[in-house]
Amino acid sequence: MDLQIALILGQDGITNGAIYALLALALVLVFAVTRVIFIPQGEFVAYGALTLAMIENGFFPATMWLLLGAGVVVTLADGVSAIRAGQSRKVVGIAGVNLIYPLLLLALVWSLPLRDLPLAVQVLLTLLIVVPMGPMMYRLVYQPIADAPVLVLLIMSIAAHVAMVGLGLVFFGPEGYRTSPFSNARFEIGPMFVTGQTIWVILSSLVFIVALALFFSKTIYGKALRATAINPNGARLMGISPMLAGKLTFFLAALIGALSGVLISPITTIYYDTGFLIGLKGFVAAIIGGLSSYPIAAAGALMVGLLESFSSFWASAYKEVIVFTLVIPVLVWRSLTTHHMEEEE
Amino acid sequence: MSETDTRGTLLEVRDLSVFYGKVEALHGASIRLDEGSIVTVIGPNGAGKTTMLSAIMGVLPSVGEIRFRGAVEHSPEVETMVARGMNLVPEKRDLFGEMSVEDNLVLGAFQRYREGKRDHGTTLGEVFELFPRLQERRAQLAGTLSGGERQMLAVGRALMAKPRLLMLDEPSLGLAPLIVREIFRIISELRSRGVSILLVEQNARAALQVADYAYVLETGEITIEGPASELANDPRIIEAYLGLGGKHQDALAG
Amino acid sequence: MKFELSPKVLMIVLVVLLALAPLVLKPYHITVLNYIGLYSMVAIGLVLLTGVGGLTSFGQAAFVGLGAYTTAVLTTASDLPGWLAWMGWSPWLSLVAGLIVTGTSAYLIGLVTLRLSGHFLPLGTIAWGISLYFLFGTMGLLGGHTGFGGIPPIAVFGYELRQGHQIFYLIWLFVLLAVITTLNLLDSREGRAIRALKGGMIMAEAMGVNTARSRMVIFVIASLLACASGWLYVHMQRFVNPTPFGIHMGIEYLFMAVLGGAAHVWGAIIGATVITVLKQWLQDILPAIFGQAGNFEVIFFGALLVLILHRARGGLWPILTSLTQRVVPVRAEQRQIDRNVEPLPSRELPSKGELLLDAREVTRRFGGLIACNRLSLEVRAGEILALIGPNGAGKSTMFNQVSGVDVPTSGKITFLGKDVTGKTSREIARMGMSRTFQHVKLLPTMSVIENVAIGAHLRGNRGVLSAAWRLDRQEEKRLLAEAAKQIERVGLGDYMFVEAGSLALGQQRIVEIARALTSDPCLLLLDEPAAGLRYKEKQALAELMRKLSAEGMGILLVEHDMDFVMGLVDRVVVMEFGEKISEGLPEEVQKDPAVLQAYLGGVE
Repeated sequence: MDLQIALILGQDGITNGAIYALLALALVLVFAVTRVIFIPQGEFVAYGALTLAMIENGFFPATMWLLLGAGVVVTLADGVSAIRAGQSRKVVGIAGVNLIYPLLLLALVWSLPLRDLPLAVQVLLTLLIVVPMGPMMYRLVYQPIADAPVLVLLIMSIAAHVAMVGLGLVFFGPEGYRTSPFSNARFEIGPMFVTGQTIWVILSSLVFIVALALFFSKTIYGKALRATAINPNGARLMGISPMLAGKLTFFLAALIGALSGVLISPITTIYYDTGFLIGLKGFVAAIIGGLSSYPIAAAGALMVGLLESFSSFWASAYKEVIVFTLVIPVLVWRSLTTHHMEEEE
Repeated sequence: MSETDTRGTLLEVRDLSVFYGKVEALHGASIRLDEGSIVTVIGPNGAGKTTMLSAIMGVLPSVGEIRFRGAVEHSPEVETMVARGMNLVPEKRDLFGEMSVEDNLVLGAFQRYREGKRDHGTTLGEVFELFPRLQERRAQLAGTLSGGERQMLAVGRALMAKPRLLMLDEPSLGLAPLIVREIFRIISELRSRGVSILLVEQNARAALQVADYAYVLETGEITIEGPASELANDPRIIEAYLGLGGKHQDALAG
Repeated sequence: MKFELSPKVLMIVLVVLLALAPLVLKPYHITVLNYIGLYSMVAIGLVLLTGVGGLTSFGQAAFVGLGAYTTAVLTTASDLPGWLAWMGWSPWLSLVAGLIVTGTSAYLIGLVTLRLSGHFLPLGTIAWGISLYFLFGTMGLLGGHTGFGGIPPIAVFGYELRQGHQIFYLIWLFVLLAVITTLNLLDSREGRAIRALKGGMIMAEAMGVNTARSRMVIFVIASLLACASGWLYVHMQRFVNPTPFGIHMGIEYLFMAVLGGAAHVWGAIIGATVITVLKQWLQDILPAIFGQAGNFEVIFFGALLVLILHRARGGLWPILTSLTQRVVPVRAEQRQIDRNVEPLPSRELPSKGELLLDAREVTRRFGGLIACNRLSLEVRAGEILALIGPNGAGKSTMFNQVSGVDVPTSGKITFLGKDVTGKTSREIARMGMSRTFQHVKLLPTMSVIENVAIGAHLRGNRGVLSAAWRLDRQEEKRLLAEAAKQIERVGLGDYMFVEAGSLALGQQRIVEIARALTSDPCLLLLDEPAAGLRYKEKQALAELMRKLSAEGMGILLVEHDMDFVMGLVDRVVVMEFGEKISEGLPEEVQKDPAVLQAYLGGVE
């Protein structure tokens, strides 16, 4: 290997690592606030990428139907319980968010000349379709058993994951897509070429990470999420309901997922089931951080990205084996540094 | 629902029972608290005092009627009660240890902020006035505070919600006598500012001294009630705590 | 008398039905039944692991793959290295090889993940399941993604099982063996330890159970069941490729166990049946609906599992049994206690007055908080010492230091003349200290006698294998007889076979005392034993404690009921703010102004 190849591999590794870092942050956040191990994170990546691909190709994005369907179910579930509790006035708000919004969006997407829209608008539409599925998913899958043990929530995650992969196949078919890059620029920096898309990915990840950090340290809603993660009972007594915290967290996670998908799809061909592997690499990073430390998880994500790109050069057939076996030494290290016994349930 | 029969009454609890699985921890408790008063519930360890507060707040599911500010609730939701002006300072304080004192306080006003009442800046000033210590330590992490400061922060955080009814669970627990005195001074001070207080205490003497009315809770049931000043000298209270020759309760139950 | 079926009759009906199945069913249905059997074996392992032991694995399919590939390679290779050549001729030998390979890898993975809190194991198994799947697909020796065939059928006494209906009997024989051995195991000394893993680890350790070992045991057993399933699968298919061992199958196995009812061995078979049959059916109709080919049934499975977990967290088996119970009542097997067995040997109690426990200047800090500050106390044989003090004074913290549940920041604890500071609660329990817990730690769905029998864990030594094959029955009788004796001793003889969780809280505390006594201690630590008891029950408890101390047992008691303490104990230590504020005879302590102040408090 010469320096040039090393630089290319390093660039690939950092680009992918930036995406894994975003995903790892979302996974740590979701686990801290809701105790959910968010396996379907990867599906949001795939849904984001493939929804954008459909819009780019001028097709009506099939995920729109899922948003509408989920919205109908949430409206029914929440509406019925609001009426039972004698709060029929709430029904308007519930229907507004979960039913009227998808319908309006549907009409908008239907009427727009999707293929001819500027890329930025296409991306915006993608986010408008995919991101609201996050809170809806929390409502339908996790909220009814929010107090269940971590393992039950994990099984729920797996169930949601396989259902979403199956739906992904229905929506997008078995073919993979690659979307057009945000920028076609190429820069020559010393001995290496850097593509515009790479810079887009790295800069957007950085901007988003900084934005998240500001959200958690400066806004009262961000603080409320941290408070829920630190002490759920205390947060509840302040009127921060676990439901609100859950929905807000899942909104952020879905946003991070869909945005990662949009960023990575010009670089990697995305299939309906690619999200799982991408998400799991975020997981490896999150596990390195013990599902609790944001900075260590982000550093771990860069490591995973670099390891992946270098091992694809040396032993491409064993690339995935190497990345996932990395978990084992990490777990060994964790098990050697953990002493106390934990009581589950 | 008629308004007249609840005038002056802020909280009225009727036949409140709580079950842990098949075990009954609170049995048909009824209490009443008038606007602007301090009511205390005292009793030995394990009598069900914390259970009762948690049920009123909605932290635990319960059976029975909870009438707060005129509206009746059955096994209420915590968020509803917070929004209606009830606030609980739990026995464990439940502070956000890895956040600053100021952030802890600001979060106390979360419910008001959500309702669009964004006056937490002013309320923060009022709380700092009441607890100058918290102002000195506003940037410090809550987890690094001493026991007394933690209790002050827990109370201050609850006050940020501008509650109509403040429920305090064992505010003197684990505090040195000097700090206990300070906490009770603040409780009296709060009443003079129009906050009604439901106080659960093991430290019976101190509680009876600040309270207007008192209930004694034993093995999940209210056994004695009366004006605090009368109960303060009641020999039955000492029996309930130290059991000096007080076998009659058990004899009746057995 | 009400008509009730014996479970044995049901078992015989099931076996007869299975025996007749190949004679009446079409080959297609036999194939489906074969798959159900293969999946059931893996799911039974998961019931043991997840439903009973509280550990989750998504990597079981990889263990199936290990079993499958080991036998496939060994029985087809023509050029095995010399030292392996002897096993190249029989699938039975390669089954043994597969079990060894799988068991060893499970052991190694277990070493890495089992010490971590619960959710790291499933994440680890996802990662390793994926790694192994890719490995199967990329290694040339294993035929890559296309796989390889030519695998010989299994022969039983020279009779080759080539057809579906032939191997059918072997598969279901394996399933029944798996069911019976698992049920046997769960109903034994080791089984009780395993059942304590979910929600009772601290208690189990305090009773001397090595919980890390118990977790490893079930992890390895589950992997071996998966391995056997893979072995049968490969010799049924006579062909192997990586697809059936991927992470999606690992997930499906877990779905089977959870859907069927993760806490019930029979639920595994129900789950495997439901998923397999549904899958066949959905794979026919869904592609027609969606107009394209693909794995659409997973959408349905995912949604189904979400709904089942929302509505019935226990899965289908409990629903099914309560439904059938109305039509065909099945008798619950009442356990018989054999009183005539030779009692377990018991410990020689130290002579009265001998120093049992000596805690010197024990300090425990939690961050900035000092829960226990330089506290000293001693307990002698035949003495009852009460540790009293207001809420939050640090009494239970002190208990945890003494019993090894926690480690003191500084100070020294000597038990029976040996330094036990920093020793685990398991080691201390073995030396003869036993305790109850302030927050009752019983396993609520287990019967009282099974809970109490956990206390006798260290007094037996029969292991997993003898339990699985019922070679432990003599010892089991003795353990249960001892448990029954202690239950009667504390006065709960009428409740021996009821679920512990259905007792009143006060009675549950008494069950804890029986459990502690079953371990045959010389020092008993009781944390608020009288709370929630009525007057007469308290008197009976006091009587029992007097008797125990007269026999020479030392008792350390944390209590709030001063009435109870005063008439009973020899000496009192009073704590406040983690420090000792008074010590002496009960009458002296009662009059101590510092004690009155601590209990009643005061502003001035």
